[in-house]
Amino acid sequence: MRSLVPFVVMLVVAVAAFYLFPYNLAFLTRVVITMILVLSLDLILGVAGVSTLGQAAMYGSGAYAAGLFAIHVWHDPLAGLAVGAAAGAVVAFVSGLFLTRAHGLTLLMLTIAVTEVLQEIANKFSAITGGTDGLGGIRMGRVLGIWKFDFVGRTGYIYAVCVLFVVVVVLKIVIGSPFGLALRGIGDSPARMRAIGTPVTRRLIAAYTLSGAVAGLAGAMAAQSTALVSLGVYDFQLSAEAMIMLILGGTGRLWGALIGTAVFMTVHQVASSVDPFNWLFVIGLLVLAVVYAVPRGLLGLPDEVKRLLRRLK
Amino acid sequence: MTTLASILLDGVAYGMILFMISVGLTVTMGLMRVVNLAHGGFAMLGGAFTHWAMMSAGLPFPLAALAALIAVVILSVPMERVFYRPIYKMGELPQVLATIGITFLMIASVNYAMGSSLLSIPLPKVMSGAVDLGFRTLPTHRLYVLGAGVLVIVGLFVLIERTRFGIRLRAAVDHPGTAACLGIDTGRIFSLTFALGAGLAALGGILGAELLPIDAYYPLRYMILFLTVVAVGGMGSVAGSFVAALALGILDTAARYLFPEVGTIFFYLAMIVMLGLRPQGLLGRA
Amino acid sequence: MTAGLQVRGLNKAFGGLVVARDISLDLSPGDRKALIGPNGAGKSTFTNLITGILAPTSGSIQLDGRDIGSLSEAQRVKAGIAKTFQITTLFHSLTVRDNLRLPLLERRGLTARPFRRAAGDGGVEDEVESLLQQFRLTDVGDRVVQRLAYGQQRLVEMAMTLALRPRILILDEPAAGVPSSESPLIAEAIAGLPQDLAVLIIEHDMALVFKVAARIIVLVAGAILTEGTPAEIAADPRVRDLYLGAGHG
Repeated sequence: MRSLVPFVVMLVVAVAAFYLFPYNLAFLTRVVITMILVLSLDLILGVAGVSTLGQAAMYGSGAYAAGLFAIHVWHDPLAGLAVGAAAGAVVAFVSGLFLTRAHGLTLLMLTIAVTEVLQEIANKFSAITGGTDGLGGIRMGRVLGIWKFDFVGRTGYIYAVCVLFVVVVVLKIVIGSPFGLALRGIGDSPARMRAIGTPVTRRLIAAYTLSGAVAGLAGAMAAQSTALVSLGVYDFQLSAEAMIMLILGGTGRLWGALIGTAVFMTVHQVASSVDPFNWLFVIGLLVLAVVYAVPRGLLGLPDEVKRLLRRLK
Repeated sequence: MTTLASILLDGVAYGMILFMISVGLTVTMGLMRVVNLAHGGFAMLGGAFTHWAMMSAGLPFPLAALAALIAVVILSVPMERVFYRPIYKMGELPQVLATIGITFLMIASVNYAMGSSLLSIPLPKVMSGAVDLGFRTLPTHRLYVLGAGVLVIVGLFVLIERTRFGIRLRAAVDHPGTAACLGIDTGRIFSLTFALGAGLAALGGILGAELLPIDAYYPLRYMILFLTVVAVGGMGSVAGSFVAALALGILDTAARYLFPEVGTIFFYLAMIVMLGLRPQGLLGRA
Repeated sequence: MTAGLQVRGLNKAFGGLVVARDISLDLSPGDRKALIGPNGAGKSTFTNLITGILAPTSGSIQLDGRDIGSLSEAQRVKAGIAKTFQITTLFHSLTVRDNLRLPLLERRGLTARPFRRAAGDGGVEDEVESLLQQFRLTDVGDRVVQRLAYGQQRLVEMAMTLALRPRILILDEPAAGVPSSESPLIAEAIAGLPQDLAVLIIEHDMALVFKVAARIIVLVAGAILTEGTPAEIAADPRVRDLYLGAGHG
């Protein structure tokens, strides 16, 4: 029963946000979509310990795939999500074949390079992707044939929250499974996993593919909710910020991804509206504060405070 | 033939800039085992200080550049103490994060002080203009870049191979534990190396401003470029980063000449192939 | 067909440096053998050759009469060869139970399953509990490994390796780093290993070796110097020279 508490809290917060900020639904939807992206990163980085700065590769591919699918094939939102997830999974699987063998700086650089190559391809094939102008003209049908995307973004928000719920539940199950335990083992000590007979690279490719599917899903949601896909979906900054949000919240337990994203994006939003020119100071300081003061993220904060109090006694 | 010569000339000049900026990064990353994403910030600070010294203080280019260089070196020492010391012992992830944070702070600082527009560095008469090579003209500036690049590599070679500091540096890179046991003050070596690397980055930033224009977002825009040189060359290898910088410089220039429509794809594909074949870099140790 | 491990004429060289020279060794069910030798004698190299981390330059390794020289590290584990680690490479952020679950799940080929509970397999759970009991770890079962005392970590290490249900068990310095107060725990655990298991112990602690091994193999400079019972080895002047020091010569 206790394990259900976070889900209830999540639901209450989502509903409260809906009624408290009726004019910020577009921003809230963006937060929810980013949460899905950061969750995807938590699986591969937080659980399996693969440092990557290339989550945007799958996010962007999911966005373009869903956008193109809606324009040329079918405007059904859920089918679009499936297509986006599939695109993310394919990109992750193919790049995972060589990425999962690298470590350290080489791994970071390879993940960045894959993203840059995809961005450049999207840029060059502007006849299909719209290039620097972006892919416009995405018109979505009703969700499940019932709910229409409205101008205020109510449907978009509720739709995104529902998808987020499904993603959290699925990832919770996966992390609690033998496969998830094996990933945590790999995150702790890949050498030991090999020694007990686990094909580590294969498990990592599977995890990266799943993570890619979720990231692709997030990209597809972004494309659907903004009705536009720009080259920015492949930006390095997106991958870097996803990493910041994850570590800010705390890695490996999913809830950290949600908390980190909410806090980071709120600070970002407030700072940039208060001072549109110098908000980067705030973000920079926030990032450094996380590294030096709460290395285990906001989820680890209660423990950290407890230890401090014990020392004071 | 002339195209080939042009590619080589421009490519080598570009490679020299990449080398000057990245060499400090490769040594510090090899020495302190720290993933540093903020290194390009020192190149930007060099350029930004030079811009300010010329525009606001009215100094001539050589003096402005020298002053900027010294300023960056002096600034880098406390920065290493305050920001970098605590993260040497941390994992790779906190290091990535911390140095992204430092990058953001550098960008925000320059943005606050000088705005987000281009920070031009007008060249003096002797460096502007062009030299006629018969088959084409070469901007005189490139000659200075080539000259500076050669001086830096020769200087580094002498410093690393022929001085006491160099011996200690190599010892600290190859066997950090042993070096500390032998009474080598690794903390001081870290400081000096970091300052040297920052200074070289500033020099590269100033001289390379024609090719990689200076503005507040410079460290983020070219971060991947500099890190690529380090990764491809092999962390900690000066010679490796020299080879990698020249190779990548020539490759990128060749791609721009021969297949201008392909853009930067070529650069990144080359990097993927090189790192796929040699994950530890060209001259890095496994 | 002979049961157990047969190593014949194993050689390994890195360039010109020979680190294993014509090593032959048998390990049959029930054996308790120890491999000793000074630092740099090639003990680690030898275990790495057996477990498949290194490939030999020449020679053969057979398990139950089948050549396993071409199998990978993971495949050899599945075939029945397991080794504990010199330095503990446990899953430090996981609980003791999870540390034991992983090899058990892997042995049953379940670690690719994403949609069932890791702790949901009855057979696995029973085996986790009996291993905990065998190594007296039941009380700390839900504790995270990095919070355990060092001696207990070595026991988890052994339990984990045993969970793979190997037929050949290589214990690489099972007492390394363990304070002498906890070292009886290790000897006791080794004595409690299944009788039909073939055990090879690589150890510096001579008291422990003489207590648990029936035969001792002495390795020097990559080659086997001699093999015998503890009494024979203790009486061998060459071995005594080796350990009491070249300083005498």
